[in-house]
Amino acid sequence: MNNLMAGEAGTSFVSAGTSGTPSVFAVARLMLVRDLRLAFRKASQLVQPLAFFALITTLFPLAVTPELTQLRRIAPGVVWAAALLSSLLALEFLFRDDAQDGTLEQFALSGRSLTGLLAAKTAAHWLLTGLPLALMAPLAGVALGVQGAALPGILASVTVGTVTLSLIGAVGAALTLGVRRSGALLSLLTLPLSIPVLIFGARATQLAIRGQPYGAPLTLLAALAVFGITVSPLAAAAAVRINLE
Amino acid sequence: MSDFTLKGENVHLWRGERHVLHGVHFSVTGGQCLQLTGPNGAGKTSLLRTVCGLAYPEEGHIFWRGEDVRVDLPAFHAQLAYLGHEPPLKMELTARENLHYWVGVRRRLTGRELDGAIERVGAERWADRPVRTLSAGQKRRVALAGLTLMSVPLWLLDEPTTNLDAEGQRLVGRLIDEHLGQGGLAMAAVHHELIISSQGLRRLELRLE
Repeated sequence: MNNLMAGEAGTSFVSAGTSGTPSVFAVARLMLVRDLRLAFRKASQLVQPLAFFALITTLFPLAVTPELTQLRRIAPGVVWAAALLSSLLALEFLFRDDAQDGTLEQFALSGRSLTGLLAAKTAAHWLLTGLPLALMAPLAGVALGVQGAALPGILASVTVGTVTLSLIGAVGAALTLGVRRSGALLSLLTLPLSIPVLIFGARATQLAIRGQPYGAPLTLLAALAVFGITVSPLAAAAAVRINLE
Repeated sequence: MSDFTLKGENVHLWRGERHVLHGVHFSVTGGQCLQLTGPNGAGKTSLLRTVCGLAYPEEGHIFWRGEDVRVDLPAFHAQLAYLGHEPPLKMELTARENLHYWVGVRRRLTGRELDGAIERVGAERWADRPVRTLSAGQKRRVALAGLTLMSVPLWLLDEPTTNLDAEGQRLVGRLIDEHLGQGGLAMAAVHHELIISSQGLRRLELRLE
């Protein structure tokens, strides 16, 4: 109907639903590529959380004890607390730049699903912070005296866990868009919600280090991630809309 | 010939304790440009943001083609382009990349279309420089290129001539003229009279109360 009417007006305007409109997936890919390209142009934001993670995990052997049997016991907690704090550090950048230069406003007015756009942005954020953290976690494990056999378990649990952390963070970052120096508020909002991830993640890591089956906590972590994927983009979009008003 | 109409009826907007818009009425049809004037703080930007659905009016309605825009906001958004105070550009990307991602979310773009728009706003020489290195007026020109690329019937412009030199101000006028000639409509908040030759210029003055 709309197309027909636009056609009648004898104009060259593109209206919704014509072949000129890219598909949801094309738009999501465009967003992903954009965010990755942007991130690599300001690499310091990328490196910061990773350096932080490496720093925390190397401080423990220095502060507690260099003895590997003891380090191995605290390794799950160290890896997970460090992963949680590092991913928190990266959150502030998730939507802030786009909000400041008016890009989010343009997204909200694009006629495309804001939920989808924010989901794509969150995915890019995970690729840029969560995935590198997950790849670094086994290395940190080795530094803390963890045996090689446990490393796949650490990799798997941190990979799945950071997905949820990114999703929780997206809601928090969207809610605190209007707040100046949102860092403190953001951590207050997201840390309590991240506790289940910390518990199940650390448990899976602990079991992996002991050489026991860690499927159960890993499945629970995955369930949290699925729940997050379902709910978080919707909540983030609603929060962004409120902040734009 | 064009069935594009934008109408506002009795629009009231409050910002906290401040009553910003006091029952604003307006009506624009295809081929017309509504020029919003008024002192700072009179609510020009607020009116534009209300029209495009970013702000919720306490009372009153906006109608696009006779239908309340709240009924299907995404469909309405797909037909409008809003340009705020600041050009929505990424400092780290080049002008060309910015246009590619900004407009690409809405519609498929060919390289030739991009080149055409860049040429039209006189940006050929610096289209591949990071936006960070561009002047405020150059950024504004890039934003104007984005506006034309969206090819939507409704333009909502907040101070479109800010930071532009005399030539740039005439460019804005030309672009609006062409847009109106195609049956499009525009609403622009301005401090200086727009330089447009079209017969379709309408005025709305907002007052401080």
